[in-house]
Amino acid sequence: MSARAGEILVPGAASAGKALVLTAPISFWGGVDPKSGRIADVRHPQHGEIIAGRVLFLPGTIGSSSASAVLMELVHSSNAPAAMVLHEPDAILLLGLIVAREMGWQTPVAMKLDRQHFSAFDNHRVEVTAGGMIRAVAAA
Amino acid sequence: MSLELSAGERAVAAGSDGRAMAMRIVADSARLLGAPGLIPIASAHIDGALYHGDSGTLFAERLVAGGARVAVRATLNVGALDLTGCARVRLEEPARSMARRMMEAYRKLGCEQSWTCAPYQAGHRPAFGTDVAWGESNAVVFCNSVLGARTNRYGDFLDIACAISGRAPDYGLHRPENRRPTLTFDVSDLPAAFLADETAWPVLGSLYGREVGNAVGIVTGVKKHPGEDALKAFGAAAASSGAVGLFHIAGVTPEAGTFGKIEAETTIHVTPEMAADARKRLSTAQTVDRLDAVAIGSPHLSLDEFGALERLLAGRKLSVPLYACTGRHILTELDKAGRRKALESCGVTIVADTCVVVTPILADRHDGVLMTNSGKFAQYAPGNTGYGVLYGSLADCVESAVAGRPSFAEIDR
Repeated sequence: MSARAGEILVPGAASAGKALVLTAPISFWGGVDPKSGRIADVRHPQHGEIIAGRVLFLPGTIGSSSASAVLMELVHSSNAPAAMVLHEPDAILLLGLIVAREMGWQTPVAMKLDRQHFSAFDNHRVEVTAGGMIRAVAAA
Repeated sequence: MSLELSAGERAVAAGSDGRAMAMRIVADSARLLGAPGLIPIASAHIDGALYHGDSGTLFAERLVAGGARVAVRATLNVGALDLTGCARVRLEEPARSMARRMMEAYRKLGCEQSWTCAPYQAGHRPAFGTDVAWGESNAVVFCNSVLGARTNRYGDFLDIACAISGRAPDYGLHRPENRRPTLTFDVSDLPAAFLADETAWPVLGSLYGREVGNAVGIVTGVKKHPGEDALKAFGAAAASSGAVGLFHIAGVTPEAGTFGKIEAETTIHVTPEMAADARKRLSTAQTVDRLDAVAIGSPHLSLDEFGALERLLAGRKLSVPLYACTGRHILTELDKAGRRKALESCGVTIVADTCVVVTPILADRHDGVLMTNSGKFAQYAPGNTGYGVLYGSLADCVESAVAGRPSFAEIDR
């Protein structure tokens, strides 16, 4: 089973969940429903998938200055991913986690990992440590 | 490169109050952006008071509870409600109360009750070369391009955190080397009559945004200063079709002449066909035989723009609603001279503090057709309101609202 060390972008608790590997960049604003965590962008290849509770692999993000508000709303409504793995840090998106932490809400860990490693985790249950280890533990 | 905070900044961040929270948010963002440090700012324009969900209201109230106050002048962008009572907003409870609580919290933080997306026409004009932290894409692009002050696009949470801490991350458009144009957008092939028309600027802005994305470009071939309202329309359209934060126009905007010889990597030669195509793309409605509403004022209308509206309307009664979005700074002026009353008696609905694409004001219909002269409304109305859009000049908008059906002046150029 695959294991990789990611670089911590925003700290969070250890967690586990089924991997959701996106195959195209996504805009959280307009692309993810803040009330349900459903991918709402009809043009996105993973349209209809729910990001809540998943270990979410993001090959890219499309910047919107309201992406942070959507991510914070997902945390507040308990619809955030279990962990977030980003190919590139997106400061505006991750601001949603930074502010949620300041509010004292439990936030997913966010880490950086090159997207060439993403596919090895697809269709697996994945464990993530607070230190940034990402491990596929079982086929899902 | 790692972030270095000054002793003073570290001391503030180590606290437990609202100001400490704001400083930590700015510092954490700076770290993610790869900024080497923080810089002092002279003012802020806050976009974060528009309700998107309860978490934003709770955040603002936490800052208030922590005793936070803005350290610099901070104006407010639109909210989700019209607090002046001019227009009725159909926002339902409990969202309505949460939106009102949010607006109230930002007032308590010491922000000015400007509630406008055109703060630069409401007396908030930072000096050339000063660093500021502004939100709202059209205000950001105007501030950078037309005023020559320096800001990145500061979104929700970071805008108010910068205003409270008086600091911003030192990166992006705050740094002179990132303000140099790398691309030329040449309009010299366009007829002078086209450039003199008000519709040229939102149309060219939407084309510019699509072509340029987030690069910094310089527009060449503009022989006459088109006026501030035209630059406002250009920037708003560019920032809604692309991620434009700063543009230059040779001979017009204040920084354009400061770069010496510009060796642009790319030159876009704009043809009349490209401009005509960009104009067509602003309309999304399938048919031109019906009209449900007209909306103008994105960005918020200036007093001059109200003057143009009054001249075109000439006291006639409207057959479909015309929503004229503006700020309370203009409302006060209109009230003084009895102009608001005259406009309302013709059937104009003035919308203050907010606008028709950020909160439900238009009648709720899935098949509605909206006419506008704003490139920004044209961009956002279909997604945010469900209405199809017809793009036209201000004169087209007024004639259509009077006639109750779309009416376009002959375009012979």
